[in-house]
Parts: sequence; structure tokens; C-alpha cells
Amino acid sequence: MWTSPQALAAILGMALVSFAVKALGLLLANRLPRHGFAAAWLRHVPGAVLASLVAPALATGNPAELLAALATALMYWRSRSLILSMATGVLAVYVARLALAG
Amino acid sequence: MQTSPPSTHGFADQFFAGARACIPVVLSVAAYGMVWGVLARGAGLTPLEVLMMSGLVFAGSAQFVALDLWTARPATLPIGPLILAALIINLRYLLITATLRPLFRPDQTWKGALMMGIVSDETWAMTMLEMQRGRGTIAFLLGGGVLAYVCWLLTTLLGYMAGSAIADPATYGLDFAFTATFLVLLFGMWKGKADLLPWAVAALSAIVAAHVVPGTWYVLIGGIAGSLAGAIADTVRHVD
Repeated sequence: MWTSPQALAAILGMALVSFAVKALGLLLANRLPRHGFAAAWLRHVPGAVLASLVAPALATGNPAELLAALATALMYWRSRSLILSMATGVLAVYVARLALAG
Repeated sequence: MQTSPPSTHGFADQFFAGARACIPVVLSVAAYGMVWGVLARGAGLTPLEVLMMSGLVFAGSAQFVALDLWTARPATLPIGPLILAALIINLRYLLITATLRPLFRPDQTWKGALMMGIVSDETWAMTMLEMQRGRGTIAFLLGGGVLAYVCWLLTTLLGYMAGSAIADPATYGLDFAFTATFLVLLFGMWKGKADLLPWAVAALSAIVAAHVVPGTWYVLIGGIAGSLAGAIADTVRHVD
């Protein structure tokens, strides 16, 4: 079976709301003043969103993630390379989980 | 803030620069794509539904939640809850695409709005980093976006076809790729001590929210709380 009318409706609906939210963010931002408080607020959004994306994944209560985050930070500080730091983080969390589990 | 992209770079140059810069973050997209494909097969999606979901919805976290609600029998498919869940999970994009405003001239607003469909967390973050360094163009955003889009489509299909032959990514620490990537991107955005307060407020609010509220509300809550804290601090210090 290829698909069903119900599945098609669900997927198209999901696609529509996902696109609408993304488009609306830019459209609303264009109505904000380009100076003063609104501009300052918008300038701080990227860092705040990134910090919010990362923080709960680190505060799991499991030290493996914190150790791996530290290793990632050290590698980034030394190398300034995104891919090297990412690989270090993945390797560190793998090793730390093995070590802490065993 | 720049209001128009520099004209010294051609569209194609910037497009490929964006795609190249996004290769590391797209690796993390690929890992998630494979996992989603494996789970989609288990949830009973058909190959065409996998293709349509990845190609039209193109939102990782919303697609993961959809699998929890999905039923193989069309008669029991919760269409309303699926759409509502996608809306709620993607609300964080209101903040994310808002920050891309400096890329577009005021007369390019509607053209820009149409392009926002291809924005994902990963390629947005790379573009923000580029913008903070005084570069960053529409073509850069699109280059990364197209690469991530194609990669998401291919890896979700690949995961679907390979099925459970692919192991759980947590086994190899691959689930940490996302966290490590965004952590590094956050470091890259550091401009000085003024960032400390908004980032700390964002992180703490997000941690508390993640414990209290289900879903991905914590991104929106932390993002709003942190950025407001930063703006208030700037206003108090009279910086603009």
C-alpha cells in the first residue's frame, strides 16, 4: 500500500503548520523596530536559543555528558574546529559511559 | 547589523560556502535521519509516507514525536493531534527565523518567508555564526539548507530500508553529536561578558522547563527568558 487519505491529510497538515511557523517568525521580526529594546532582544535570541537547546541534555544527572562537554570545550579551545570538537565529544561520551557503567 | 548581503561574493560562491560550512552539522542530521528512518519502519509508515514526511514536514523533532502518535491502520490515525503536536514542537522556529531578519532587505520579506521552510536548527546556527562574523548571506543559508534537506531525505529513507540493521546511536555516543555540535556553536557566538547573563538565564530556565513541561517547550521558554534578560541588561547599561 502506498498511503491512505488519512495519512496524507496528517502529513500535509503537519507540513503546513511547520512551514507557517517558520515563515511567521521572519514576518513578525520584520514588524519589530530596528533599534532599542526590540533590537537588543532579537540580538540575544540566538545565544539564548542555543544555550536552551544544549543545557537540558547536559543536566541529565549523568556525569558522562558533563565530562564529554568538558572534552568538547577543551578541543574547541585548542583547535577551533567544529568537526574535531564534535568527534571528541562523541568519543568522550562513549568512553565515559563505558567507564562509568563498568 | 548589516541590512543587505555583501555584493562582493557571488551567489554560487556563497551557496557552496554555506554547504561546505554545514558539513559537520549535517553529519549530526544524518545520524538522526537514520534513527528516524528505523523507527518510522517500526511505526508502520509506508516508504511513500517516509518520503513525504521528510520532504514536506522537514522537522526532526516534530517527526520523532509523530512516530509516537502514528498508527499503521489509517482508521485510527490521530490526524488532529499529529498536526497540533507538529505546531507546538515547531513553535521555537518563531524565535529562530526571527533572528534571520538581517539577511533580508525590507522589500525581500515575502521572498524570505518562502525560504524559511528549508531552515533547520543546525543550518540556522551555522548561518548565525557566519552573520556574527560580519558575513552570512541568503545564499549561505540556502546552501547549508539544501545540503541538510537532501541529507535528511536520503538518510531517513536509508534508515527505513536498513531497518534494525542499524544499531541504537546511543550505543556509540552518536546521540551526543547534537549536543556537542550546538555546544561548539554556542562557544563560537561568545562576544564577551555581556553574554554570560542571558546564556545562564536561558540554560537554567531550559533545564527547569524541561523537567516541568513536556515536549520541546524548554527551547522556547529558555530562549525567551534568556534573550529578555540580555535585552534588559543592555537597556540598564544603555548599550545599543
